[in-house]
Amino acid sequence: MSILSQISTKPWLPDDNNKVPRNADRGTGRLADNKVGLWVFLAVVSSLFLILGNAYVARRGFEDWHALPELGLLWFNTGLLILSSIALQWSKLSASRGHRESVKLSLLVGGFLACGFLFGQLYAWHQLSEMGYFVSSNPANSFFYLITGIHGLHLLGGLVALVRATFRAWSESESEQVYLISVSLCSVYWHFLLLVWLIFFGLMFFS
Amino acid sequence: MTQAPYQEDLPLHEPKSIWTKYVWSQDHKVIAIQYTITAILMGLVGLFLSGLMRLQLGFPGSFSFIDPASYYQFITMHGMIMIVYLLTALFLGGFGNFLIPLMVGARDMVFPFLNMLSYWAYLLSVLVLMASFFVPGGPTGAGWTLYPPQVILQGTPGADGGITLMLVSLALFIVAATMGGLNYVTTVLQARTYGMTMMRLPLSVWGIFMATVLALLAFPALFVGAIMLLFDKFAGSSFFMPAIFSMGKQLAHEGGSPVLFQHIFWFFGHPEVYIVALPAFGIVSDLLSAHARKNIFGYRMMVWAILAIGGLSFIVWAHHMYVSGMNPYFGFFFATTTLIIAVPTAIKVYNWTLTLWHGNIRLTIPMLFSIAFISTFTIGGLTGLFLGNVVIDLPLSDTYFVVAHFHMVMGVAPLFVVFGGIYHWYPKATGRMLNDTLGHFHFWVTFIGTYVIYFPMHYLGFIGVPRRYYADEAYKFIPESAQGLNEFITLAALIVGVVQLVFVFNLGWSYFRGKRAGSNPWHATSLEWQTPQTPPEHGNWGAKLPVVYRWAYDYGVPGVEADYLPQNVQAVGDVDDKVSSEGILAET
Repeated sequence: MSILSQISTKPWLPDDNNKVPRNADRGTGRLADNKVGLWVFLAVVSSLFLILGNAYVARRGFEDWHALPELGLLWFNTGLLILSSIALQWSKLSASRGHRESVKLSLLVGGFLACGFLFGQLYAWHQLSEMGYFVSSNPANSFFYLITGIHGLHLLGGLVALVRATFRAWSESESEQVYLISVSLCSVYWHFLLLVWLIFFGLMFFS
Repeated sequence: MTQAPYQEDLPLHEPKSIWTKYVWSQDHKVIAIQYTITAILMGLVGLFLSGLMRLQLGFPGSFSFIDPASYYQFITMHGMIMIVYLLTALFLGGFGNFLIPLMVGARDMVFPFLNMLSYWAYLLSVLVLMASFFVPGGPTGAGWTLYPPQVILQGTPGADGGITLMLVSLALFIVAATMGGLNYVTTVLQARTYGMTMMRLPLSVWGIFMATVLALLAFPALFVGAIMLLFDKFAGSSFFMPAIFSMGKQLAHEGGSPVLFQHIFWFFGHPEVYIVALPAFGIVSDLLSAHARKNIFGYRMMVWAILAIGGLSFIVWAHHMYVSGMNPYFGFFFATTTLIIAVPTAIKVYNWTLTLWHGNIRLTIPMLFSIAFISTFTIGGLTGLFLGNVVIDLPLSDTYFVVAHFHMVMGVAPLFVVFGGIYHWYPKATGRMLNDTLGHFHFWVTFIGTYVIYFPMHYLGFIGVPRRYYADEAYKFIPESAQGLNEFITLAALIVGVVQLVFVFNLGWSYFRGKRAGSNPWHATSLEWQTPQTPPEHGNWGAKLPVVYRWAYDYGVPGVEADYLPQNVQAVGDVDDKVSSEGILAET
C-alpha cells in the first residue's frame, strides 16, 4: 500500500472493524528493522551535510573568500574511497551468494582502502598547513577542515561497524544471515559516504 | 490472517540484577521514567531560575546577588533548560519511550541497547550543562539563541567555560536525541502489532512520530551551528565572526556573518517549536477523546494536519529574524508561510473543540489540563498571527509581547499537556492514581496563574517595555506603572512556582499512598490500557501480542454495555452489523 492510500483510509467506518489487515508493506525480521534504522540515520546525516553545504555556499558569497588550491592528493584519496566502496559492494554480493571466503577478503580490502582514504585526508591537512593554509587563515580553509573532519569522523564510525562485520564473517559460529545483515548495511553506508564526499569534493574545488 | 510480527517470538532478555533492571535498563518503560524524572528535575532548575529573574524584575536592586551578569545567565539557562532539556526530553524521551511500544503493541523499542545509550547520553548532557554553574565565570549569559558575535566575546557572562560547556552539552543532547529518535521512528514503522495499521494508531503516536522526524532533521542544524561556533572560538576561524573590536583591541576575526548563524540556528529553532508542540497535539487529542467519551473529531484530518505542520515547519524559520534586516520579498515569503501554517493548526483546534461538543465530559484532572491547553494555545496562537507579520513584528519583537506570546503558546500550553499526560498515564506507570485533591489545587492555581502572569505581559509589550533588560527604571519611555505591573506578575509567578512543588510531592506521595488504579481506570480504548499486568511487565504483553481490530476512538459505542470498545476487542458481530446498517441503537 502506498503512503497516500494508507493515510486516506477511514478507520472509523464500521465495516473496517473486526478486520485485521496485513501490515504487508513492511518486511519483517532483524534485517528489515536494521535497514529502516540505517535509512533513518542516513536521513539525519544528509540533513547535517545539507546544512553544512548550505552554510558553505552562503559564506562563499562574501568577498574575503579565497578558494583553496586543488590538491592532487585529493584525487588519489577519492580513488581510494571509490575502490573501497566497490570492495564492499563485492562483499555484499558475495555474502548474498554465500561465498564466505570472498566476503572475508573483500571486507579486508575495503577496510584497508577506507583507512588509506582517512590517512590520505590527514596527509592533505598536513600538506595544506605546510603550504600555509591554516584553519583560521581563510573561511575556505576553515570549511575544508570542518567538512573533511566531519566526513572523516563518519567514516571512522563506519569502520567500527565494518570491524564488527569482519569479525562476524570470520567467526564460524555466526550464521550467514547475521553477517549478511552487517555487510549489506556497511555497503549502503559506504556508498552514501562516497556520494557525500563526491558532492563536497565537487562543491569545494569545481564549482 | 496477518503476518506475525517476528518480535512476538524473540527471546526477551530478562534483566538479571537490580542494576540492570532499574539503572542500566534496556526496558523502554524504565528508560521513560528515567527520562521523565531527570527532565522534571531540570524543569525545577529552570523554574527556580525564572523565580530569580522575576525577583529582579519585580523588585529591582533589592537582591544583591542578582547582578546584570547573573540575570543574563538566569535568562539563558532558563530558556535552554525549559525548551531542550525539559520539554523536548520529556515529550520524546519520556512520553515517547513509554507510549510508543505500548500503543503500537510492541514488546519494546526495536533497538533497546541504543535506547539505553540515549538516556545516558542525555544524562551526561544534563550533567555537563549543570557543571557550567560551577566553572569560573559561570554559565553562558548569551541568551538561549546563542547569537554570535557576543556569545564568545569577553564581556558576555560565561564567555570562557560556560559557553563551551553549553555547546558540548547541546552536542551530547543531539546525539542522545538522535539515538532515541532512530528508535521511535523505526519502532512505529516496523514493530506495530497484528492489525495495527498507521491509521489505527492513536494520535499520541502520530504526534510523537512526526515530532521525532522533525527532531532528527532539525537538530543537525544546531549541531553544525554549535561545531562552527566552537571553531570560531577555539580555532580562530571566521564563520560567524565579523571584524570586531573587543575590550579595546581588534580581534583576528574578519568577514564572518552573524546572520548566517541566525539562519542555521532558526532552521533548527523553528521546527523545535513543533518538536514540542506536535506531541502535545497528539496527546491532548487522546486525553480529550477518552475523558469526553467521544471519538476524536476528524481523525484523518488530524493526521494530515500533523503531517502538514511538520512539513511547513521547515519553511517558516526566518520569521524569527525579521529584525535582522532582510530583503522585503524574503520577509513576505516567510510571513505568508507563517500564516499558512496557522491553517492546519486551526483545524486541530476546531477538531478538539468539536470533540468536546455533545461529549459526555468528565472533568477529571487530565481533562481540565486539556481544556486549559486549548485555551492557552489558542490565545498564544492568535498573538502569533500578529507577530508573523513583518510590520507588526518589527515594533513588538523586542518587547514583552513576544515573551507573553511564546510562553502562552509553547511554554505553558505544552506544559499543560505534560501535566495532563502525567495525571493520565501515572496509573499505568505505577499502578496508583495521583491524588485528586492535590491535583485540583495544582490545576487551578497553575491555570489561573498562567493568565495572571502572562496577560499583563501583553500590555507591557504594547507600552514598549523591552524584553531582556536587566532593569526597567531609568528609561524615560517606560512609564512608572509598568513597575507596578511587574511587581504583580512577580508575586503571581512566585506563587505558581511554589505550587508546582505540590505536584512534585503528589508524584512521590501517590507512589506509596495513592489509590490503587486497576488496569484501566479511565476506561480508555488504546492498547496501553489493555496490558495483562499494571504496571506492564518486561515484554509488555505476556506470551501473545495483542491483535488490533479497530481504531483507538471507539467511545460511546451504541449497544455496548461499557460504552467503549478497546482496540483489541473483537465486537459481537451481530449487534454491530445492525448498528451500522440501520444507524439505530440495537435492541438487546
